[in-house]
Amino acid sequence: MLAFGGQTALNLGVQMQRMGIFEKHGVKVLGTSIKTLETSEDRDLFAKALKEIDIPIAKSIAVNTVDEALEAAESVGYPIIVRSAYALGGLGSGFANNAEELRNLSARSLSLSPQILVEKSLKGWKEAEYEVVRDSNNNCITVCNMENFDPLGIHTGDSIVVAPSQTFSDEEYHMLRTAAIKIVRHLGVCGECNVQYALQPDGLDYRVIEVNARLSRSSALASKATAYPLAYIAAKIGLGYTLPELPNAVTKTTTANFEPSLDYVVTKIPRWDLKKFQHVDRHIGSAMSSVGEVMAIGRTFQESIQKAIRQVDPKYNGVQGDEFDDLDEELRNPTDRRWLAVGQALIHENYTVDQVHDLTKIDKWFLYKLMEIADTQHEMEGIGSLFGLRKELMLRAKQMGFSDIQIARCVGATEDQVRARRKGMGVKPFVKKIDTLAAEFPAETNYLYTTYNATSHDITFDDHGTIILGSGVYRIGSSVEFDWCAVNATLSLKAQGKKTVMINYNPETYSTDFDTADRLYFEELSYERVMDIYELESASNVVVSVGGQLPQNIALRLQETGKAKVLGTDPLDIDKAEDRQKFSQILDSIDVDQPAWAELKSVPEAEAFADKVGYPVLVRPSYVLSGAAMNVIRSRGDLKEKLLSASSVSPDHPVVITKFIEGAQEIDVDAVGSAGELLVHSVAEHIENAGVHSGDATLVLPPVNLDDRTMARIKEITQKVAKAWSITGPFNMQIIKADDPKGGEPALKVIECNLRASRSFPFVSKVLGTNFIDVATKALAGVDVPEPVDLMAQKREYVATKVSQFSWGRLPGADPFLGVEMASTGEIACFGKDLVEAYWTSLQSTMNFRLPLPGEGLLFGGDVSKPHLAGIVDYLQPLGYKFFAANQEVASHLESSAKDGCTVTVVDFPITDKRAP
Amino acid sequence: MAFRFCNKPALGLLNLAKKPTISGLRIRTFANVETNTPRQVPTPTQRQTPVSHDTANFTIRNGPVFNGKSFGAKSNVSGEAVFTTSLVGYPESLTDPSYRGQILVFTQPLIGNYGVPSSARDENGLLRYFESPNIQAVGVVVADVAEKYSHWTAVESLSEWCAREGVPAISGVDTRAIVTYLREQGSSLAKITVGEEYDEEQDEAFVDPEQINLVRKVSTKAPFHVSSVTGDLHVAVIDCGVKENILRSLVSRGCSVTCFPFDYPIEKVAHHFDGVFISNGPGDPTHCVETVQNLRALINSSQIPIMGICLGHQLVALAVGAKTNKLKYGNRAHNIPALDLTTGRCHITSQNHGYAVDAQTLPSDWKEYFVNLNDSSNEGIIHKSRPIFSTQFHPEARGGPLDSSYLFDSYLESVARYKESQAIFQPNRDNKPSPLLKDLLAKERVGVAPTLGMENMARAIGGETAQAASAA
Repeated sequence: MLAFGGQTALNLGVQMQRMGIFEKHGVKVLGTSIKTLETSEDRDLFAKALKEIDIPIAKSIAVNTVDEALEAAESVGYPIIVRSAYALGGLGSGFANNAEELRNLSARSLSLSPQILVEKSLKGWKEAEYEVVRDSNNNCITVCNMENFDPLGIHTGDSIVVAPSQTFSDEEYHMLRTAAIKIVRHLGVCGECNVQYALQPDGLDYRVIEVNARLSRSSALASKATAYPLAYIAAKIGLGYTLPELPNAVTKTTTANFEPSLDYVVTKIPRWDLKKFQHVDRHIGSAMSSVGEVMAIGRTFQESIQKAIRQVDPKYNGVQGDEFDDLDEELRNPTDRRWLAVGQALIHENYTVDQVHDLTKIDKWFLYKLMEIADTQHEMEGIGSLFGLRKELMLRAKQMGFSDIQIARCVGATEDQVRARRKGMGVKPFVKKIDTLAAEFPAETNYLYTTYNATSHDITFDDHGTIILGSGVYRIGSSVEFDWCAVNATLSLKAQGKKTVMINYNPETYSTDFDTADRLYFEELSYERVMDIYELESASNVVVSVGGQLPQNIALRLQETGKAKVLGTDPLDIDKAEDRQKFSQILDSIDVDQPAWAELKSVPEAEAFADKVGYPVLVRPSYVLSGAAMNVIRSRGDLKEKLLSASSVSPDHPVVITKFIEGAQEIDVDAVGSAGELLVHSVAEHIENAGVHSGDATLVLPPVNLDDRTMARIKEITQKVAKAWSITGPFNMQIIKADDPKGGEPALKVIECNLRASRSFPFVSKVLGTNFIDVATKALAGVDVPEPVDLMAQKREYVATKVSQFSWGRLPGADPFLGVEMASTGEIACFGKDLVEAYWTSLQSTMNFRLPLPGEGLLFGGDVSKPHLAGIVDYLQPLGYKFFAANQEVASHLESSAKDGCTVTVVDFPITDKRAP
Repeated sequence: MAFRFCNKPALGLLNLAKKPTISGLRIRTFANVETNTPRQVPTPTQRQTPVSHDTANFTIRNGPVFNGKSFGAKSNVSGEAVFTTSLVGYPESLTDPSYRGQILVFTQPLIGNYGVPSSARDENGLLRYFESPNIQAVGVVVADVAEKYSHWTAVESLSEWCAREGVPAISGVDTRAIVTYLREQGSSLAKITVGEEYDEEQDEAFVDPEQINLVRKVSTKAPFHVSSVTGDLHVAVIDCGVKENILRSLVSRGCSVTCFPFDYPIEKVAHHFDGVFISNGPGDPTHCVETVQNLRALINSSQIPIMGICLGHQLVALAVGAKTNKLKYGNRAHNIPALDLTTGRCHITSQNHGYAVDAQTLPSDWKEYFVNLNDSSNEGIIHKSRPIFSTQFHPEARGGPLDSSYLFDSYLESVARYKESQAIFQPNRDNKPSPLLKDLLAKERVGVAPTLGMENMARAIGGETAQAASAA
């Protein structure tokens, strides 16, 4: 089956077929045939196939050179969209409004793909998708349709999407549905297929944009949006079952051969992390650049989109505005912050719906609904006091998805005050089921969401289970690793016979499959919503340590304000690790070494300290959640500026300054404690030196460069830390091993400690063969807690490396440079009999990895004050590579310091700083 | 009275020249018909009220009361509460005569998003966007109405439309809770009251549309004709509340249609046609005694191809001796799987019915054609040797999926075959509609009063409800 592993698996399968591997070994491809996959992937074959059934497609001309591209553009007319065949996520695609832009774009695209397609752009048309399932008996259904909030022109992965479509009439909906079925039947898809359309906003003309004859990002979203398990059904169909034979997985009594009816609205919003990259172009378009997405469910559009916005990043309270240099420009040419621009225009700048529509081409229906949010916000602001809010307005605000914080901001109150007042008024959320058929038949589903647009619950609350908080949106720094942790904690609790309640909102995850936990709340991970669910369920307790930083951030409030019972390490102790000052004090008290640090209250004090320990130093506010607002300061001038402008240091707002150690080895420790006792631990070493974010670094497990003495010392530190913080459950530390210049025992300094499962838990569990989360969950529950065991004492015949996947190619303008900000978007781990084999296998598994061959050029850049760069040149010189540098400084450095001398050519880089202010 | 002038079916077309006598209802007969007169919507009556935004209640008899906000006419109604799970197509659903007298609850929470289109006509004079000229449901229940709409076909909001048509509507209620109740308790009588607190003493005021012959209310009172310019087939449609798109499905395939009142003795005129079609319609099929008798006589005396949809399907079943029963809460949706038992293929269908045929009671020369994969209810029957079949679902869609529209093709194939075979016996036979007939006949339903809330109706035309009820 080739349709289940995304574009990568599909390309692999097509390639294997071409090489005759399947034929040679008598392998049968189940589900959608390779011929169909090829037809859907090759634009020419695809266009021909659709012409046969008279389905309109955006006119597209395949070209191999820039000149051909320009010629093709003349024949179809500007604006032009360029696509590359066989490309993942629209890599190398883009728009051109004139010949000049097309020349640049096509030159770039042709460097990534031998052939590109030139099409007329349908910018401003509506964009829609249908998820279609067909079986071998030619039964065909559309499981879900989705409509993009943004008009055509933005990659569907980068679009805000609603399901089902909201602005289509019956005629439009079924015109596209009928066409989708016709296409899927004609292509002969056997399984799942996604059809994307452009729809004329003021008529019945449409174009097929793309067909994906495989499970896709959209099908994952559609599965979660409808509770129709697309991948499961597609697999069954691949095995030869027909749709009428298969039961509806939710109702069990009805058939899978039906089309879900939704009695709620779903909004998906992508998550970008573009601000993490220097020089990156923040415009969004036909190439995808988001790293994750959220899905929110409501019974009004406003409820759904406001939830989704908060899920994308808890720093947003809901629909809101932001400062823009040129708001109209922002509205006209979308970036990752477009919804903020729309919010700014409607809420703060008195734009009318018509004005915003003219600039953005977003359908007015969406804008009217957002305008209602703005109106409600203004109404509350006009009242200006919590006690002035009548129940009617409070309820209306909640029905429009306002959070307690959002209301608090409007009326000048605190979240807790709003919550208390609201509950006093009897304004509380209700729990509804997602059942695939709008309550038409009884369904024993445990797939739930909360809404204020209801007057009764669909369920009763008799389980009193354990709530597990999931990890939320995939973003740089938090990805599927934490979902693995949350799922394994759930499975472990279930194995203990406990009732489990999962809260998460990421449609791409396993934890949000409705059969993972006993109950799934597809909901926000905010204090407000978690407490709502905790109270409704009369839950026994809540697990906050397996979902990454997001649950950790609300742990203390859940316990102290909400009086919830938090399993594992006391949130007060968690707090002592999050608060840098408390953290460092405790390390001092247990005699564990750490980089020199001080809490400082004035600029002169800070300067004196930094001068003493030497630059660079790490500066952060004394109490910081989630490691935000860290800054590496390299000079006295920078320090002063930073302290005065950003942190505004004062006796009330002290900063913690830490010596920032570079060039030393970094070590990652993952461990589980139980009541302060260390149960298991893992020690992995980094290949990159300290200074590279641990999420970007390459991990080696078991370590190959650490001697027994060091391993013993690390274990001792880990035990001390477990004890000092009375840890019960998972935790993680980063330690720096700095060699003593005097030749003594190297220093082991703890630089970071998180009292929760870390990004590397799945890696170490898989390499060491012990499920750390299972151990941690037993510790959390206090059930069957295993005896301590030293996994690192066992000798292993293998070594595993975890390398990072970077996405520089998708981020136009981004500087591919590693530092304290994490930049990778995924990871790969491979085993080998030694480090070289493991590392080489891992590296080759990264996407788009290609070894430059001798004779090709290598670009150099980096710190010229260290000898490493020249060392690399010394190593590569005999192999016959050409050397390039981005500036004369690096070139001169290399030419002068390389042992045998070398020639370095300086190349010019056009850098436009498109980073948002 | 308006509804009675053709209670006795006219036996000859000329008898239809009788002039309507009731004021307040615009009734078109051929007295003012010209060859190419476009079809026209009757102008609205005084039913309209300004849009009411008062508080409103939706009350289920012996059940819960839901408080919400009015967004339609300021009037109170009662009727049978039914729900549809269709995601799109509220203008089509609300104008579907099969919903006559019912309070329609939408499970899709966001209704009104794309506004309400105009009563424009297509090239055949059929309504472009509606299934009949007026809202047929007596009341509308939604979770979140869009007061502001956005669509290139829209001319007014759902709210304005409901108010203009005199139909009360309520928003802001927990429709999922309503559906769950109706699912558990079965279809129930309910009412919408606007602008006043619910008064329990008025509880007796529930009107049960099931006690009324609803078909009589929606069926044309005299024959009307829609020509097809693309073909020479001619089919007689028994109008039990026919949807515009059924007519369009026939006419656009080259088949002219002449529509007859539901109780017209069709067996006496069928030989002038190439086929007979029995339309959808509201309510209990057992109310249509005359239609069943006429159909039975037709099937026994003629080999003419027959197709029925929805109520038409139930009437065919009754005519051949099978039985129908009332479903607990009916099937009203666009997502219902109907398995074709002759091919094993499954189609997603549009449906709207509260009664079903009991396939066990079919006579031996009939077989089950389609079956509902969800609840195993009957979805279609077919004669084992003759060109007669009928479906519970709606192949014409509007709204809903178009998967089964091929059934019109197969019907018209048998109609064409029949026409050819008849030509062998009667070489000079030609059932093409004569120019005279085209000129004489109305082009629009005749004498069909727009829907009114049952209470409104009683107020508006005084006592008619009681008479209609006793007539049924």
